[in-house]
Amino acid sequence: MSLGSVPLKYKITIDREQCMHCMRCIDNCSYGVYHKEDDRIIIDSRKCTACHHCISMCPRDAISLQERPVDYRSHPLWTAEAREDIINQARTGKIILAGMGNAKPYPVIFDRLVLDACQVTNPSIDPLREPMELRTYLGKKPSKLEIDKKDNGDVELLTKLTPNLKLETPIMIGHMSYGAISLNAQLSLAKAVEKTGTFMGTGEGGLHEAIYPYQKNMIVQVASGRFGVDINYLERGAAIEIKIGQGAKPGIGGHLPGEKVCQDVSCTRMIPLGSDAISPAPHHDIYSIEDLAQLVRSLKEATEWKKPVFVKIAAVHNAAAIAAGIARSSADAVVIDGFRGGSGATPKVFRDNVGIPIEAAVASVDQKLKDQGIRNKISVIASGGIRNSADIAKSIALGADAVYIGTGALIAMGCRVCGQCYRGMCPWGIATQRPDLVERLDPEAESEHVANLIRSWTLELSELMGAAGINSIESLRSNRSRLRGYMLDEGTLDVLQVKPVGA
Amino acid sequence: MCGIIGVIDRKRALMDGSSIRDALSLMNERGSGEGAGYAAYGIYPDYQDCYAIHVFFDNIVEPKSQLDHMLHKWGRIVHQEAIPTYEQEGLKRSHIPWRYFFKPYSDLMAGSSTPEDDVMKYIVMETNSNIQGALIFSSGKNMGVFKASGWPEDVANFYRIEDYKGYIWLAHNRYPTNTPGWWGGAHPFNLLDWAVVHNGEITSYGTNRRYVESNGYTCSMFTDTEVVAYLFDLLGRRHGLPEDIVVKALAPPFWDEIDNMPEKEQELNHAIRLTYGPALMNGPFAIVVATHEGIVGFTDRIKLRPLVIGENGNRLYISSEEAAIRVMDPEVQNIHMPRAGEPVIGRLNV
Repeated sequence: MSLGSVPLKYKITIDREQCMHCMRCIDNCSYGVYHKEDDRIIIDSRKCTACHHCISMCPRDAISLQERPVDYRSHPLWTAEAREDIINQARTGKIILAGMGNAKPYPVIFDRLVLDACQVTNPSIDPLREPMELRTYLGKKPSKLEIDKKDNGDVELLTKLTPNLKLETPIMIGHMSYGAISLNAQLSLAKAVEKTGTFMGTGEGGLHEAIYPYQKNMIVQVASGRFGVDINYLERGAAIEIKIGQGAKPGIGGHLPGEKVCQDVSCTRMIPLGSDAISPAPHHDIYSIEDLAQLVRSLKEATEWKKPVFVKIAAVHNAAAIAAGIARSSADAVVIDGFRGGSGATPKVFRDNVGIPIEAAVASVDQKLKDQGIRNKISVIASGGIRNSADIAKSIALGADAVYIGTGALIAMGCRVCGQCYRGMCPWGIATQRPDLVERLDPEAESEHVANLIRSWTLELSELMGAAGINSIESLRSNRSRLRGYMLDEGTLDVLQVKPVGA
Repeated sequence: MCGIIGVIDRKRALMDGSSIRDALSLMNERGSGEGAGYAAYGIYPDYQDCYAIHVFFDNIVEPKSQLDHMLHKWGRIVHQEAIPTYEQEGLKRSHIPWRYFFKPYSDLMAGSSTPEDDVMKYIVMETNSNIQGALIFSSGKNMGVFKASGWPEDVANFYRIEDYKGYIWLAHNRYPTNTPGWWGGAHPFNLLDWAVVHNGEITSYGTNRRYVESNGYTCSMFTDTEVVAYLFDLLGRRHGLPEDIVVKALAPPFWDEIDNMPEKEQELNHAIRLTYGPALMNGPFAIVVATHEGIVGFTDRIKLRPLVIGENGNRLYISSEEAAIRVMDPEVQNIHMPRAGEPVIGRLNV
């Protein structure tokens, strides 16, 4: 007996009075929702992913989309999603894949933190008229400076600083590999970070030749699969990042299906055409913090100690202890990726259930490093679910030096968070390698959108700092006294080291 | 708000506290009667090798016996007594001010390059965070802080400040905004030789506090000024940086200015900002810091609080108001105002 079909998720309708039969909806939908029969446009709503490409391209605004109300018997425990997952797994016997970030309605800690502003005795600063410094240096800093002051007043600096990355704004774009996203999408991001004086990650997909002109703004990644990694790749990056874990899928590896490995991806990743690219869950040369330190040193040695090396870990229960270990290695920054981090493809059970929120992870890492007196030895980068400039300000006040954004940058390029990235049919030309879809994305135009997003968040961050009477980003970092928790429980407040509102 | 004034005689000529009391009282509209205080250097020549520990006791039974016990463990009390005070109608007594003259055993702090100072610092931190009813508010050698909740003249008369003679004086008239007006919250703030008076609010307090705490200091006085004393102790004493470099770390030039400096200067300022980013102080402030060797005054990087300098012979004055300086010295010359973040340094020249 068949399990039968499940109800529709979305219902597409066309206002036939408005429709001019231009057929753009058919051309635009990569999921095959529309087709033509005689002169009529026929709709198969079951295929719809709510990607909105047809709606955004319809010249007459004739298309509308509704999320269908659940018509199962309502039940607080056996939700429609729970039941449909079971039906799908009963049918296939497989792991359920998912794209984008955690879709469970966990409370967002960011939304229960409020920022401070000055009144009267402590004047707020107007960023339009006063200098506001968001310049950020990522990398190791000495715990003290050695100087020699001569009798004639001349000062000789004896301490030699290690190379740091110089950012004009504490906002960077996180690692999204060529393979997971298209070359045009990567190009757009690369142009955007060049325009805004910041950096982006290559992901584990290697570095395509088209990106070479932007290499001074690229952080190259070394993941467990070592795809695309050779000395040429390492030397082209402004910094190197070792990926241990990812917020959307802590503890598991990556998988790029063979059908996405076209000629270009194969060359860039240095793998055979059409082969699956599987990154193992662990790095097979790292089974301890000492092994990790050894890889950090090897990468530094290979690049003559000229480049900062970052280590990215997923936010997990003992992230603070791991980060302290990383700080004691030669690593220059630790990236903490929270459980709301995006993903091209991940088992849904991981995306929605494994890891901890970035807010708590950053606060506990900062606290541990502070307690051990080594906070200055390493920079902290927060990522995973950062949605606006307030989230950035709060991340920094909780202890981050800078943030990575991912999904936000994709949305600036058109992404509608439909969550189907793993299918490779992204109609916006982002999470796809299909040439006809990739060419929909204009790197010039989209780079401007992403750059605008970074600029506007930078401006808002300046305003938030100015309101708090702070004109230098260093003074917002770890400044917990400028945050208050609203409706947060005592345990969480304790982890965040933040007082409740009114205190 | 808040009024500050500091003076140094570079030839170490001694001044009594009467004129600085009058100068501070002139700035009464900068205060609210909830805190005032004085620091003077050179006042205890008979005990100049001892740390002069000034303590507020809530009573002289339990907290005092605990502190005595700790002091006996770490060194020798050469002399102790209640600090002489004189009841004032406008001043409500909250604590018993006490002073010890103390010599630590330097061999107890292994591995320290300044063992006696580190012993003393440990005693201050331990007392202020763990002994209920005892607060060490002054711990330098041949110097002392005298403070309370009240108007400047009442506090001065309470301690009869004119009876002390020093070659450096700092004074502060408080208008508390963030924390209650209590005796411990009055300025000057002190640790070892460092005494600080401050007008303003430090918006980077959370960051600065975490920085000094991760370096072994405990902030227990609920006030932003406390971290300034610890920052000077950390950078000035423990890291061995000269005062002008410490000021550059606390109120550094903007990146735009650094980018336009000659290469060597740029490298130094770049290194200072990177290394001491968490020590950078934000917000409106004018600060005068003293040690036994001199005073340094500076403001925040965009000068949101006033600071005026005046000179007369060997005397250098730093204050919130010119009028206050003129009360102390009607003949004062060379009145000028430093640029934002620029340190004004007065060193002994003997």
